[in-house]
Amino acid sequence: MTDTQKNINSSATEKPIIEIIGMHKWYGEFHVLSDINLQVQSGEKIVICGPSGSGKSTLIRCINRLEEHQRGQIIVNGTELSNDVKNIEKVRAEVGMVFQHFNLFPHLTILENLTLGPIWVRKQPKKEAEENAMMYLEKVQIAEQAKKYPGQLSGGQQQRVAIARSLCMNPQVMLFDEPTSALDPEMIKEVLDVMIGLAEEGMTMLVVTHEMGFAKSVADRVMFMDEGEIVEQNSPDVFFDNPQHERTKLFLSQIL
Amino acid sequence: MNETPTKREYLLPPKTNVGVIGWLKTNLFSNWHNSLLTFLLVALLAWLLPPLIRWAFIDSLWNSSAEACRNIDGACWSVIPNNLRFIILGFFPEGEEWRPIVAMLLLLGLVIYSKERSRWRKSLGWLWLANIIVMGSLMHGGVFGLSVVETSQWSGLPLTLLLSFFGMIVAYPFGILLALGRRSNMPTIKTMCVTYIEMIRGVPLISMLFMSSIMFPLFLPEGVTIDKVLRALIAIILFTAAYIAEVVRGGLQAMPRGQYEAADSLGLNYSQTMRLIILPQALKIVIPPSVGILLSVFKDTSLVVIIALFDVLKTTMVTLSNPEWGRYSTESYIFLALLYFCFCYAMSSYSRKLEKELDTGY
Ligand SMILES: Nc1ncnc2c1ncn2[C@@H]1O[C@H](COP(=O)(O)OP(=O)(O)OP(=O)(O)O)[C@@H](O)[C@H]1O
Ligand SMILES: [Mg+2]
Repeated sequence: MTDTQKNINSSATEKPIIEIIGMHKWYGEFHVLSDINLQVQSGEKIVICGPSGSGKSTLIRCINRLEEHQRGQIIVNGTELSNDVKNIEKVRAEVGMVFQHFNLFPHLTILENLTLGPIWVRKQPKKEAEENAMMYLEKVQIAEQAKKYPGQLSGGQQQRVAIARSLCMNPQVMLFDEPTSALDPEMIKEVLDVMIGLAEEGMTMLVVTHEMGFAKSVADRVMFMDEGEIVEQNSPDVFFDNPQHERTKLFLSQIL
Repeated sequence: MNETPTKREYLLPPKTNVGVIGWLKTNLFSNWHNSLLTFLLVALLAWLLPPLIRWAFIDSLWNSSAEACRNIDGACWSVIPNNLRFIILGFFPEGEEWRPIVAMLLLLGLVIYSKERSRWRKSLGWLWLANIIVMGSLMHGGVFGLSVVETSQWSGLPLTLLLSFFGMIVAYPFGILLALGRRSNMPTIKTMCVTYIEMIRGVPLISMLFMSSIMFPLFLPEGVTIDKVLRALIAIILFTAAYIAEVVRGGLQAMPRGQYEAADSLGLNYSQTMRLIILPQALKIVIPPSVGILLSVFKDTSLVVIIALFDVLKTTMVTLSNPEWGRYSTESYIFLALLYFCFCYAMSSYSRKLEKELDTGY
């Protein structure tokens, strides 16, 4: 408890927007995440990589409580995640998430997908929410599809809509869980371009991805996970050119 | 000519695949056993149809006295116009017939008005409430100088429509709540819903009706009585809701986890997630089985005869107990079947239309 206290106080000057302290998670008996410690400053872009099953998705899903952790603390934007439903909803409204399989709402039009959160969670007037949504659709270059349904769009377009949907909530942090791995090669670029644009605007981003080109050009920090632990984290130059751990070297030799 | 060198030609489909001949060829004579079946069917129809048409249309009488019917071989449809008043309205007092008729027209009118999805707004809810009050006043009276008609005199088609329509309308939301309860994380709620659903599904509707009319009053405190029609209605609602709940649960289970996660990650709370994301999709999936249930409720309301309520089936039977008309039961039941068919067909074709409208290509 005192440790935590110190931690929070010491960072008062530059308060991290996400702080994870000694966090563990189990699925039943299975220890998926072990002693995770992570601080993310506002505006930082972090790329998380690692072999399949290493717990990357689980880690970022803990940050908006899609998964529950059993030990340690997760503090997002000053709110600690616990069983308190109000806190969870508060954190979720501040943290946007983009999924591998888009998860758009198929019964709503693109525009309705975008305005749902602002209208019901942020209590924005409908007109304002729609104007805002159109602005974000413009930004991901898909405004002409506003009246269509998700089922009528290509995968790349759907993922851009999903990003816009999160942005409409005006989040402090964006989480991306392999946003391009369900896409055909020619659509990957259009999604990455949107993400790069977002990074340039200073959005705080945690991105699980296998796109190492994206990591090199955008990330402030690359994090390597294996078997539920953060093995190594470094700036992209050091991470790719001079990895410290054997496990990292092995992983990089396999994917590069 | 050289400007569009790659312009390709669009050909018409081969003649044999279009038009009447094409249709016949693909649908009736595509191969030898298909052709054989077609010939057999045509032969069967040729054998059955002429006498049937003769009986129903040529040798029949449509609006005569019972005596005139004695001398013909065909159908005596006259039984319907001669007894229509009683079949449709039953024991509703003489001279007040306009009241149930207007009430039924109001109901049908509003149902038809409500078919368009663009009209599903809050104001429509108020319209329904107003309509229900007006219909209730018309049927029961006691206001605006209308004489009081006890529910024991409500019978025929108005009773059938009342029981089935309000049975469905109330049972549906109740069933949805039960389905949500059954999937709840809270053990008490879950257990209660499971117990309720399984108990009701283990009991036939007839016994529910018996219980409502005979056993239920025994549990009420001295001096408290609940109207018999209302009790039957409650039994129908309780019964239907359990079936609706299971169908809706199936729809809820079919929803991918990603939909819940996307809703959660936007910060929507439980009721918003259900109302805006999950239920609209889940209910759409279960339109076909739900309509199946609603259709059987509509037809099963005729079981209320066993607790001495006179629905439209019972009033028809009463008509036939009159020795003058008793021998024309075939004609009467055909009429009744057509009546039921019209309502059921309207329901199922509307559900198909709704399904098509809600299809967003996923
Ligand atoms: N709901 C669950 N119940 C039990 N085990 C789970 C569950 N979800 C994930 N796991 C297990 O937890 C481990 C980590 O899963 P996770 O999805 O976080 O891996 P990942 O690093 O994202 O892998 P990938 O690159 O394949 O997406 C895996 O071994 C997986 O089998
Ligand atoms: Mg994953």
